[in-house]
Amino acid sequence: MTETVLKVNNLSASYRKNTVLHDVNFQINQGTLTGIVGPNGAGKSTLIKTLLQLHPTLTGTVDFFGLPFKAAQQVIGYVPQRGSVDWDFPTNALDVVLMGLYGRIGWLKLPNRSHKQMAMEKLEKMGMAAYADRQISQLSGGQQQRVFLARALVQDADFYFMDEPLAGVDAATERAIMAILKELKEQGKTVMVVHHDLQTVADYYDHVLFLNKTVVAHGDTTSIFTKENIARTYGGNMRWTLKEEESHVVHSQ
Amino acid sequence: MTYTVWIVLTAVLVGLSCSLIGVFLILRKMAMMADAISHTVLLGIVVAFLITKEISGPHMLIGAIIAGLVTALLVQWLHQFDIEQHASIGIVFTTLFAIGVILIATSVGNAHLDVQHALMGEITFIPWDTITLPFVGKVPVATAMLSLVLVIVIVSIIAFYKEWKITSFDPALAASLGIPVVFMHYLFMSLVSITTVASFDAVGAIMVVAMLITPAASAYLWTDKLSIMLLLSALFGVTSAIVGYYVAAWLDTSISASMAFATGIFFLISFLGSPKHGLISKYNRIAS
Amino acid sequence: MWSILSSSNFQWVLASTMILGIAAGMIGCLAYWKKQSLMSDALAHAALPGVIIAFLILGEKNLFLLIMGAAVSSLIGAFFIQWIQSATRITEDTAMGMVLSIFFGLGIMLLTIVNRSAGGNQSGLDSFIFGQAASMVKSDVITMLLLAVAVIVIVAIGFKEWKIYLFDPQFAKGLGLPIKGINIVYTLVLVTTIVVGIQAVGVILIAALLIIPSVSARYWTNSFLYMLILSALFGGVSGVLGTFISAVGNGWPTGPFIVIVAASFFILSLIFGKERGILVNRLAIIAHKRQLKSRKSSSSLKRSELI
Repeated sequence: MTETVLKVNNLSASYRKNTVLHDVNFQINQGTLTGIVGPNGAGKSTLIKTLLQLHPTLTGTVDFFGLPFKAAQQVIGYVPQRGSVDWDFPTNALDVVLMGLYGRIGWLKLPNRSHKQMAMEKLEKMGMAAYADRQISQLSGGQQQRVFLARALVQDADFYFMDEPLAGVDAATERAIMAILKELKEQGKTVMVVHHDLQTVADYYDHVLFLNKTVVAHGDTTSIFTKENIARTYGGNMRWTLKEEESHVVHSQ
Repeated sequence: MTYTVWIVLTAVLVGLSCSLIGVFLILRKMAMMADAISHTVLLGIVVAFLITKEISGPHMLIGAIIAGLVTALLVQWLHQFDIEQHASIGIVFTTLFAIGVILIATSVGNAHLDVQHALMGEITFIPWDTITLPFVGKVPVATAMLSLVLVIVIVSIIAFYKEWKITSFDPALAASLGIPVVFMHYLFMSLVSITTVASFDAVGAIMVVAMLITPAASAYLWTDKLSIMLLLSALFGVTSAIVGYYVAAWLDTSISASMAFATGIFFLISFLGSPKHGLISKYNRIAS
Repeated sequence: MWSILSSSNFQWVLASTMILGIAAGMIGCLAYWKKQSLMSDALAHAALPGVIIAFLILGEKNLFLLIMGAAVSSLIGAFFIQWIQSATRITEDTAMGMVLSIFFGLGIMLLTIVNRSAGGNQSGLDSFIFGQAASMVKSDVITMLLLAVAVIVIVAIGFKEWKIYLFDPQFAKGLGLPIKGINIVYTLVLVTTIVVGIQAVGVILIAALLIIPSVSARYWTNSFLYMLILSALFGGVSGVLGTFISAVGNGWPTGPFIVIVAASFFILSLIFGKERGILVNRLAIIAHKRQLKSRKSSSSLKRSELI
């Protein structure tokens, strides 16, 4: 269980002149569920994108399962932010889930019956089977996120990256998604999730990674998710962040 | 075959290839990129002419593909320097077009190229310029070229159907699955370029934009399924071409312009009457 | 050549392309910040049917009335673009492309009919499409000058209102500025500049005069005021130089040369501009990497201390 599946060494990345990430070092063990937290503009999404080579790396190395990214690509799943796609695209829920299989189906072939069945199973798992034929713009925010999760599940990856899967979803969807994440973890899969709600970090994740342009703290939630680390991560915003979150910070301890 | 049949056939081929490509153009939010490429293709043709000193199908196609790719590359390159997409498109195509016009005015002189022709197209001349193909016999050059382009377009769409779909809908996911998003982008730009240049003779630089995006936009209002959207767009494209031809014959005016205008009529009908997204159905829904 | 350059008509033409460049440079800044650079392209093409219809009704070529026709037609185009994108799921760029090409198609249909039926006196309508500054006569030039000056004055006197309107329209609304009214004025000055410019540089290239100088100016300053001034300067100088160059050759078109001069300014700005120019950026990145390296060695030192 303690095999290291991701090694990040001295990673840095920038948007034009501005450094977004610098000197990022951490390691992730197999079977962990890690929440990435940090203030707005801390580089949370950029970190994931840089790890997946969707954003150029300035310096540093990234190893997945002891391999470079390209060699491990097939076993890595990615759930982008819901807002990053155009939901008016003419397609239905089942079709979106099928997209998770496109890499595996290969060139010049179309999805067949068994692919469709796999996609349907995952939709069912997310409680979305009834909406398979529904045009995606007619789904609610929570339903759209469930479709995205189903799409990640159908990839059957060993390592998942999710960018704010809980943003703007209803309570039922939030519970459903967290149940799935726990299940993935129990299957020995590794999951990293960008998370924006400090209140729920302690309940949801066994590991937490505080990020503000660099890794502020990283480790077991019980020992690392402390008021001090939150303060160090959120820095100048600390005051109002805490004011807003005070009740739960105290509560979660 | 008679003169009219050739013209209508050519117009239908333009309608088909443009409207199919157009579906992905609007889904990829690149409608104005089509406008840009349709203008810069002029430069490609002029340069191809200056180098080879002849106006022939293959040279023009190659010149056009290069011009289209250069446009796409330059827009992308400028975008990287903090220039927003809309501004970089505007800079690139106007500048390249200006160079094209200057080259025509200064060096090509009154050869067979003139700007007006390139912008308006002249479908009525098409049947006169023929080549002899094996099995088929004498065929107008433009018609033969368009048929070839249509085959390329249809084959590319079918062969890479799911890749087009995923790179248009969610490029980030596509990249993470190992699908070559950048390659697909430039492949697509090449398809837009060859479609544009093949349609050039028939409809000209500006009207080709109407053929590219309007049928697709109309189809987008009728359906939520990509495959049906492609079929509907093709249907609108072909019908606009035919209707446009007969309206032009009736009013005795420019055929290409009339085809462009006909696409607008079909859009207007869709805009008002489509059961899903039309104004009348929306109004009824609010009223009831 | 000197005989051309010193002719009074040429001087009038020169004055008009200069003032047009200045006006377009200024309005271009507004369009840039409204993220509507390509709107000018769409509206220029949309002007064509209006020009032809105005000509059909009048039966003669009167620049002021043709401009009115063009303006009405462009405004209808602008209205359609707005309506289509707000009423359906079709995006702005698609709506612009459609209006651009369909209006242009309608214009060409009408133009073909006019050319066939009206005999000789439509000459000059073609140059209205492709732009031929040299063919303008004094009365055209005066019309253009007056309109362009009016546009410049409107931008200049409302400077701080424009600034806040472009930067933060919601806040401007809160301050009690009539946003709807400003929107209308903005569309009016944009359309006026476009239709005035068409005569000199043509429907296709007028967009360049609105887009290129403003983007060039961005590379030199972060202040809206200086951007406006620089953009006007780039536009004005491009107008003058382009007109000069085109006068050197025989029958060389004016518009493309103006655009090439403007594009040259742009390339110079892109490379040498002191704000985010390529050269400055390169230097910053080199310095940045050096800084990262030194920070890395110091931070790894710190880590080893901790361990």
